[in-house]
Amino acid sequence: MFITRKAEFSASHACRLSTASDARNREIYGDAANPRGHGHNYVFEVTLEGEPDPVTGMIVDLKEVKDILNREVVEPFDHRFLNYEVAPFDHVVPTTENVAIEIWRRLEPRFQTGPARLANVRLWETDDLFVDYAGRGERARP
Amino acid sequence: MIRLTRQYKFAASHRLHSEALSEEENQRVYGKCNNPYGHGHDYVLQVVTRGPVNPETGLMVHLGTLDAFVGRAVLDAMRNNNLNDLADFKTLVPTTENLAVVAEQHLRAGWAGAFPDHGTVALVGVRVLETARNSFESSGVRNERT
Repeated sequence: MFITRKAEFSASHACRLSTASDARNREIYGDAANPRGHGHNYVFEVTLEGEPDPVTGMIVDLKEVKDILNREVVEPFDHRFLNYEVAPFDHVVPTTENVAIEIWRRLEPRFQTGPARLANVRLWETDDLFVDYAGRGERARP
Repeated sequence: MIRLTRQYKFAASHRLHSEALSEEENQRVYGKCNNPYGHGHDYVLQVVTRGPVNPETGLMVHLGTLDAFVGRAVLDAMRNNNLNDLADFKTLVPTTENLAVVAEQHLRAGWAGAFPDHGTVALVGVRVLETARNSFESSGVRNERT
């Protein structure tokens, strides 16, 4: 069974390659290449896989999940300029794809032990765009 | 591998009516959707793509290219139009099931040509929302493993 918890953070970013010209950056990233940055109200959904405990009827204690999401992602990302304040985005371009992968990288070790495994990270950059990342391995889609 | 879902909104009208059925049968099968003058929806088309992230740019798909292609292949013809007038629906009833099938066919037909420099981007499938309560997705969207 899968359980999904949602959380939010607001942050700014700029998508550009230091090795490319302004014109080339604009070609690749469009308006997102503006070096002064711009922001989003990011929403991420973390899906965990496990089985309900026969006594409690719960897969996992959601309060613990909420605390992990806050500690690992929301607190370090919220109201920050990702390129300047959150590693590894000083040298990794904070595209939606890369931010989702980084959220997975931070959360996955926290769910290696315990009742539920991390199955998927969905990151919404806007209402009209989201990415799903489920790690490097092949796994069933929630 | 990562999946990226891009969402597009468009308004269109349709009437559900099959020439293969009698007037009474059409009324019974399609109900209010069979009203002769048609009616409309604010449709949402979600295009689900999949591929590796380019290690240099951090992008899996170039959104400008995707948006322009989806516009040309699907949205330009359907937006603010009567779906029954389109060649796609001359014989096919424009149910949202068929709308999803047609949209995916158009996307698949032009996909390789649309991304000549991004050959690693695959189309997983489409999801179409007719209203906030009804959605239809091609089986690839749910079945495919990441």
